[in-house]
Amino acid sequence: MWDIGKKQNPYSDDKLHDACGIFAMMSRSGRTFAGDIPITAMENMHDRGNGLGGGFAAYGIYPDWPELFAFHLMFETKEAKAETEKYLHQHFSSMDGEEIPTRPHPGITSAPILFRYFLRPNHHLLEGLSEDDFVVQRVMHINLKIDGAFVFSSGRNMGVFKAVGHTEDVGRFFKLDEYEAYCWTAHSRFPTNTTAWWGGAHPFSVLDWTVVHNGEISSYGTNRNYLEMQGYFCTMHTDTEVIAYAMDLLARRHGLPIEMVCKVMAPPLWKDIDQMAQADRDLYTTLRVIYGPLLMNGPFSIVMAHQGEMVALGDRIRLRPLVAAERDDVIYIASEEAPIRLVEPTLDRVWIPKGGEPVIVRLDDAAMAKAHPEGRQVLK
Amino acid sequence: MSVMKTHLWPEFIIERNDDRCIRCEVCVNQCSFEVHSFDATFNEVFAEDMNCVGCQRCQVFCPTHALTIRPNPTQPRPNANWRVEHLFDLKKQAESGGIVLTGMGNDKPISIYWDHLLLNASQVTNPSIDPLREPMELRTYLGRKPDRVMFHRDSELPGGPVVPVTQMTPLVPIETPIIFSAMSYGAISYNAQKSLMQAAAAFGTLANTGEGGWPREFRKFHDNVIVQVASGRFGVDLEYLNDAKIVEIKLGQGAKPGIGGHLPGEKVTADVSQTRMIPEGSDALSPAPQHDIYSIEDLGMLIHALKEATRYEKPISVKIAAVHNAPAIASGMVRAGADIIVLDGIRGGTGAAPKIIRDNVGIPIELALAQVDERLRKEGIRQQASLLVAGGFRNSGDVIKAIALGADAVYIGTAAFVAIGCTLCQKCYTGKCAWGITTNRPDLVKRLNPDQCTERLTNLLRAWSREIKEMLGGMGINSLESLRGNRLHLRAVGLNQWEMDALGVKGAGF
Repeated sequence: MWDIGKKQNPYSDDKLHDACGIFAMMSRSGRTFAGDIPITAMENMHDRGNGLGGGFAAYGIYPDWPELFAFHLMFETKEAKAETEKYLHQHFSSMDGEEIPTRPHPGITSAPILFRYFLRPNHHLLEGLSEDDFVVQRVMHINLKIDGAFVFSSGRNMGVFKAVGHTEDVGRFFKLDEYEAYCWTAHSRFPTNTTAWWGGAHPFSVLDWTVVHNGEISSYGTNRNYLEMQGYFCTMHTDTEVIAYAMDLLARRHGLPIEMVCKVMAPPLWKDIDQMAQADRDLYTTLRVIYGPLLMNGPFSIVMAHQGEMVALGDRIRLRPLVAAERDDVIYIASEEAPIRLVEPTLDRVWIPKGGEPVIVRLDDAAMAKAHPEGRQVLK
Repeated sequence: MSVMKTHLWPEFIIERNDDRCIRCEVCVNQCSFEVHSFDATFNEVFAEDMNCVGCQRCQVFCPTHALTIRPNPTQPRPNANWRVEHLFDLKKQAESGGIVLTGMGNDKPISIYWDHLLLNASQVTNPSIDPLREPMELRTYLGRKPDRVMFHRDSELPGGPVVPVTQMTPLVPIETPIIFSAMSYGAISYNAQKSLMQAAAAFGTLANTGEGGWPREFRKFHDNVIVQVASGRFGVDLEYLNDAKIVEIKLGQGAKPGIGGHLPGEKVTADVSQTRMIPEGSDALSPAPQHDIYSIEDLGMLIHALKEATRYEKPISVKIAAVHNAPAIASGMVRAGADIIVLDGIRGGTGAAPKIIRDNVGIPIELALAQVDERLRKEGIRQQASLLVAGGFRNSGDVIKAIALGADAVYIGTAAFVAIGCTLCQKCYTGKCAWGITTNRPDLVKRLNPDQCTERLTNLLRAWSREIKEMLGGMGINSLESLRGNRLHLRAVGLNQWEMDALGVKGAGF
């Protein structure tokens, strides 16, 4: 295996410290946009990163195979690729593989072998697992057990593209101007150590859930302890990893609506909860009491997305920047207002979301049915 | 039997500055150990040093500061093995044939790990938070927490209203992670217990009755009281259980693991006898074990009997002394149904205990806490019980380090008593406490003014809470739950590797 912990965190720090720039946009009606828009926006925030990692998540980019799991992999060696493909063959029935298209770029060096596969789980192997759980287990197996292989994207009709380099260079390297997505999220890293590993760039993803994150989670130790009790092991020692796992636990496994996930990560203050009407007081007390260990303390702005839904959230005392804007059916989110103005000079509305108040964007029903025919996640 | 000449010598020397002494007799009246006496014929104040316990009451109250009380400088030949304390105990036992009794917590330099743990603070990558300008939350809920929230949604549409349908377990909020320890009426005075309960109520935290019953007049503090069910069952009836916020089963005490509570007959006055439901003047010696609990399954039955008796409306707590296999015991306790686990470390206080047990049995609370928290997490049951710790917490630094090691809240006893006068003279078992805290003699009890003591105690809670907020803010954290078990904010200095492993912390610099 790639020793992920060592690659990611060679100094064995408790966790990595990042500061960053983030940009995201999404059309409620499912209109798509080419990747040069987020690339332009990220280029405008060049100085928020230090060239040690950048990446994008794009939703709706594989409309021809919306029901297949799109795996993006990086391989260190041909042997790793061969072993991984053998493993994929064993567990998935339909399998098309191809090299991820790239164009040479002077800012992007020492690229690993980059391949993508469109996969359908082998149904007789599910053994009672949902397709999603089956895929998560396969991804964990490859990342932890196969030497030199790393899955960096595994959702349906979406993809993550990331590398070491400045974000705009990463986007051009991956030819993102040739993709059309109804939702883009993007990230540039400013890690406070010199680690440069492709897998360590944002977005982080599990299935079609992605997170880009600017901040430092002071509650990391508490969050990690709780997630370990739930079976998640933080191999990368980044605080973004705990956000991704918390989101998976709360939204996918415990079925919390996304607005409730946000209220777990950035809950209202007790003094405000005490003033609420009975029903809300019960709701928020219950959430805080039970999920207190998943409160994300410290400065952060995050954008989380999954099929047909995107949410931006800042910490409850607003210690990291987050700007939102709206034009017709499109919502923009960024660390700064300038990149939004650059890509869309005429905006209906620009605002700074309150700390702990999520900005939630959803595809309308028609667009949802088209992009994600398997449907919305429903509460159990 | 002939009268034996004692071979002991005074532990303390009383020095009286005659130029300052105004013969006011305050010292004579204040000393409950009959040290000072006034001879009107000679207009002279005399002192019997032999009786002095070093409680400093006379010195504090002397209006002209004429008194100095200090340890007797007289020393036998120095000997690294046979220290003065050993000589004294040997001589006392030779003269009495009894077990040497003492009060308060272990006073030996057994590793105090709090002094070897250092806290983190934010620099650059993460702003520290100023609690005077930003919200800072210390509220804590005690009790068993459900594993997850289940929702009911009125409509299938995303964004529609949601209603939690998870059945909440009984939980008790406290506004600061500091609770007053179990100290029974009888062992402590009526006014002392009243002060603790009044302060707990005023500050939004809890006070524990201890095992000596609950005077009827104090039942009005029911929202802020934990009642104890110990092996002696003193004062326990259905009303006692149902009036309380939390019911605690006492299986052990850090100051005297393996034995039951001791209340000398001298302290069992009429009121104490009524509250405890025992005869006046009789020694109240609690059995060493609870005689209906010889095993973990028996504990489960008592826990559920108490839950039945209180209609499943109150968290049931179980308190043990911190001993060698505390993690395994704690795990069993949670599985037996305990909603709260209390660990009492070797430095925990007492009103009366055999000195040999106080000084030699049990383990430091830091190690027990770290290991119990880790074990419960490894077994995935940490959220099923709150973890309270007790045993010699001296300041808010100790408290916040305990939270970072995994505690939900901390019990304080000795610290609270120092706040209302105690000087740790360790003579609680004599019933003569000159400060009015561990005595039931009416002339001494009235020295403790409950309203003034309540003010001192709430001041203490406020001061510690403010300090905790400052330290939390420094770490870039604005809610205590984000520090709980967050050992990344601790580093060790001067410890061996095994100690750092046991505490689950890295050495400073790493």
